[in-house]
Formats: sequence, C-alpha cells, structure tokens
Amino acid sequence: MSGFSRRRAVRIGGLSVVIRPRVIGVTGILALVALTVAALSVATGTYRLELPGVVDALTGGGTATARYLVVEQRLPRAVAALLVGCCLGVSGALFQSVSRNPLGSPDIIGFTTGAATGGLVVILLTPSPSALSIAGGTIVGGLACATVVTLFAAARRFSGDRLILGGIAVAALLASVNDYVISRASLESAEAARAWKYGSLNLITWDRIVPLAACLLVASVVVVAIARPAGILELGDDLATGLGVRTRRQKLIMVAAGTILAAAAVSTAGPIGFLALAAPRLARAAAGFSSVGLLPSGAMGAALLAASDLAAQRILDPFQIPVGLVCSALGGFYLLWMVGFAKTTES
Amino acid sequence: MSDERLRPTSGPPRAAIRIVSLGALATGFAVASLLVGSGELGPGQVMRGLLAHDSTSASIIVWQLRLPRTLLAVLIGAALAVAGTVIQALTRNPLAEPGLLGINAGAALAVVTGIAVFGGGSALASTWFALVGAAGAALLVFVISTRRSRASPTRLLLAGVALGASLSALTGIMILRDATAFTTFNSWVVGSLTSRGMDVVVTVAPFLTLGFALALLSGRMLNVLTLGTEQATSLGIPVRLAVGAAVLSVTLLCGAATAAVGPISFIGLVVPHVSRLIWGADQRRILVSSLVLGPALLLAADIVGRTISFPGEIEAGIVTAFLGAPVLLFLIARRAS
Repeated sequence: MSGFSRRRAVRIGGLSVVIRPRVIGVTGILALVALTVAALSVATGTYRLELPGVVDALTGGGTATARYLVVEQRLPRAVAALLVGCCLGVSGALFQSVSRNPLGSPDIIGFTTGAATGGLVVILLTPSPSALSIAGGTIVGGLACATVVTLFAAARRFSGDRLILGGIAVAALLASVNDYVISRASLESAEAARAWKYGSLNLITWDRIVPLAACLLVASVVVVAIARPAGILELGDDLATGLGVRTRRQKLIMVAAGTILAAAAVSTAGPIGFLALAAPRLARAAAGFSSVGLLPSGAMGAALLAASDLAAQRILDPFQIPVGLVCSALGGFYLLWMVGFAKTTES
Repeated sequence: MSDERLRPTSGPPRAAIRIVSLGALATGFAVASLLVGSGELGPGQVMRGLLAHDSTSASIIVWQLRLPRTLLAVLIGAALAVAGTVIQALTRNPLAEPGLLGINAGAALAVVTGIAVFGGGSALASTWFALVGAAGAALLVFVISTRRSRASPTRLLLAGVALGASLSALTGIMILRDATAFTTFNSWVVGSLTSRGMDVVVTVAPFLTLGFALALLSGRMLNVLTLGTEQATSLGIPVRLAVGAAVLSVTLLCGAATAAVGPISFIGLVVPHVSRLIWGADQRRILVSSLVLGPALLLAADIVGRTISFPGEIEAGIVTAFLGAPVLLFLIARRAS
C-alpha cells in the first residue's frame, strides 16, 4: 500500500496526473537494467571486438565483418529481446488485471499455446508465410483458444480454478496438435518450425522487428489511455461502475490490447513461456504496489528477457539455447515456488 | 449401474463377463497391432512368421519389429494406468496423473542427463536414472503442493504442470545441445513405441513386475487410505508403510515406462476413470481393470498413430494427449457442477 501513501498529483491547467515516485523510480531502474543488459549483449560475443570496435561498427566504421555482426546480428537481437519482453510483460499485466487473478496470464489461460498453433499452421501449411501472415495466424489461434478457455471457465459461474484447469487441458490438447503438425511437415520446414516452437531470438532480423515495434507503439498509446480506469477496475466491477468506468468496454479494450501485444511477441520470437506470468508479479513486488502496474511490468519483462537471452547465448557457448526454453525452465520453477511459498495464490 | 455400485460385490458371473470382455478388447487390439504395419503382410503371413521364428522376412518383421512393439505397448499401457490409479487414490485427487504431475518429465530429464553426462547409456542404466528422476519429481511436486495445507486438486495440478514445463525445457536444452548423441530422441521425447527392440522389453519387465505387484498388494490399503489418513490410522492400517509402498510402485512404474518409451501422458488419467465407471469405487477392482484397459488404450493409440497418416507415423504420446485432454476438460467441468 506504500504506493498509495506516497503519491502526488501534478496539475497543469485542467489536467491532473498522479505521480507515484516509487513506481516511476522502479520503472526507471528496471529500464536502466534492461538497457544495460542489452548493451552488454551487443558489446560481447564469440567474435571478440573491443569496445571501441563495437562503437566504430555502430557508427558505420570498422571492418565489414564487424559491422555485419554488430548491426545485423547482435543489435537486432538485443532490440528484439527488449521489445518482445516489454510486449509480454504489459500483456501479462493487462490479462492479470482483467481476470484479477495472478495466474490469469496468457501462458496459463492457453493464449500462448493457441498462438503457437496458429503460427505453426501458417508456417507449415501456407505456401509462402510472411511476417504478417504469421502474425495473423498467432492472433487468430491465440484469440480462439483464449475464448474457448474463458467460455469454459465462465459456463454457469465463473471460477478462477476452472480458468487455470481449463487452460492446462486445452494447452495439453494443442501441444499435441503442434507436435502433430510439425511431424507432418517436410524435414527442412520442420526444423525451422521446431526452432520457432521453442521460442528463439537466434535468427532475428530487422524486418521482423519493424511490425513488432509498430504493434508496441499502437498498443502503448492505447495502454496510456486506459491505464487509469484499469487501475480503478481492479477495485471491483461495482465500484468501478460507480466511479464512472464503463467496465465492459474497458475490459474489452484491455483484452484486445493484451491479445495484440502477446500475439506480436509470439509471432516474432515464438512462444516464450511464463514471462507474461512472472514479469507483472515481480514488478509488483519490486514496486511495492498493490495493483498490477503496466509500466513497471513492461520494463520488468524487457529486463527479464534481455537477461534470459544473454544467458541463453552464453551459458553453453557456442551452443545457442533457444531463449524460450530458458524462460520455461526458470518460469516453471518460479510458478512452482508460487504454488508452494507465495502468500497470494488464489487456489 | 448405480444401484449395483451400492452393493459391496456384484455377482461373480457378471464380473467375470466384464473382465473377460475387457480382456477380449485388449487382446483384439494386441492382435491388430501385430497385423498393422508398413510392411505389407497378410494375416496368414504374420501367423506363419510368428510361429516359424526363422529367417524369412515375414518372421523377422514380426519378431523384431511388431512383437516387441506390441509387448511394450501392453506393458507400458498397464504401467501408466496402474500408476495413475495409485496416484489418484493416494492423493484423493481425481485429476492426478503421472504425466500431468511432471513425474514422467522428471524421469525423462534424468535419462537424458545420464546419457549426456555418462555417455552411452544402456537400457538398464537409463532405467535406473529414470527411477531416480521419477522419485525426485514426485517428491518435489507432493512436498511443494502440500507445504501449506492439504493440496487442492488445482494446486497439485498447477505444481505438476509447472514442474513438468521446467523439466521438459531442460530436457529440450540437453537434446538440442548434443544433437548427435540424441539423434533418435526427437520421437522419444514425445512418447513413442517406434523401434524399441526386445532388449528394452526384457530390461524394463522386472521393474514393472515389481511395481505391479506392489500396487496390487496395496490395493486393500489404498481402499482405506481413500478415507483419509486419520481414518486409516484408526482402522489399524500402517499408513506410512502403505504410502511408501504406493509411492515406490508409482516410481517403478513411471520410471521404467518413461525410460522405455519416453514421457506419455493421459493414460493414467483416462483409464482409472473409465475403470471406476465400470467397477465402482473398489480400488482392487480398478487396479485389475487398469491392468487390462491400459494396454487396450495404448495399443489403440499406437495403431491410430501408425495408420492415420500412413506411410508416416504419429507418436503414440501425441495420440494419447489428443484423446486424453478432452477427458480432462470433461472431468473439470463435471467436478465444478
């Protein structure tokens, strides 16, 4: 609750903005950490370049090899890690805020698996998959799956337990579909699809990042517009309605924004498990703030994924671990810890 | 059906008819499993090949490919079904299952780690590793989900799925890292009966037999344990011994099964529930029925996987997940109503 006690309103004319110093401070620190890690992953690598060499390459000097490595390989990868992490963090915060359940993240309610199925179907079954058509596939797949799970949970009386259990069951079903689709594909496209299925930034290029950045930009405009009513919504539907929030519309916008962000992330990097679950919770713990903060969650997501990707590149060097596997391994244990030790799990 | 369940025992002829028809079902699938395959063999040729056991191609196909595969499906199907029955009785949780609880994933990670660290990896060494992994994962998931209070079905399942996701991700990293050592593991890791020789069957059979024996012997105690530990203690059951025996049998069954064919989910969920529909609540009957229905389900899944996209093959683990997940959804929906 400390966030409530130490906030200040800044008024400029008729507009007023509530400033929460701790939230801004935490967001700033997390963003700084994220950028530092990203810079570290650009500056280091198997091909040794001293710092001046890296700076040279970034500013257009240096050898052609160095320029290619830094500008075409390391930089897009680091930028993608930041953007994808940010997308997943904000998306998780939106979903958790709407469902008012710490476990109501896109990973648990089946969205991520559904998006993966959609993406795989497009990659393997359409003649010439483009970044746009893959993104379309992930959005359709993710939305369809999330809708089925939510309807299942809401049949008769909505329950968080059924949301989680239904998500687990549907994810298991779709995982078998994913395996089937991959096993039916030709050898070379199956290899590509398998790499994508694990969630990886190994082969990221600038042209994959542009649509992602566009999505994040649009969504962040929406998110800034809805952040305040989103905070009110967490107090409960009745109270929010009383305070003038159009709850249905507000929820719909939040789910739509969360969906687009998650789908953009999945279509760029493949399904990266548990990040959308963990980032908002860790951000909340760091900010000491009782509601799900969108900004800190985004910064936390970016920092987590940048760090995971750096680890994925370096731990078993020269072997490049798909970063999705690193996140699944760490995130699974985090969820296990949540079940056993965290003070606030619903179930 | 319902009035019958109230009676402690239904008449022997009826029970006999049921168990015989279940047995006939399983036998039918086993025969079909011998007859179906990519090598074009008529039923007569299969029969002759099976009886002759000589060097004709029919005999080699039957003895080296189809027979081990069928035997393995029978053994593993029974093992996973019995393990599921024991876990459901032990945790008093209708959604518990060795695959969903991460026990098979633990066994799989241990097998892969064993091969990566110590190299080679005979079927026997893999089985020992798998036993350690299965026991470790089972302990972890039970301890964590019961840490604060008695595990609710949701907490247990969530802990299991979380652990399973972590362990499978680690398995994935191990396999991707050393592609040459694990060339044959792409299908194993989703649960496959393909190209396992008779040596695998022979290796895991003793472990499974011990597991079956322990499970069947503890059937009576499981019946009492489903009343809760306090009740069981006051009824004079050595609770610790009973729980220990049950956990040991689950470890043996899941570990050996996973070492042989990879992690296969949902058989341990579906079969006990179907058995309960047929036989009522007596764990002894459910155990015996699982011994028969488990093989039937895995054989059927394997046959479907071999024929549905002929000449390609879908791993049996994929088919069981596809068939089993809707059953899980149904069980969740029914539980809440």
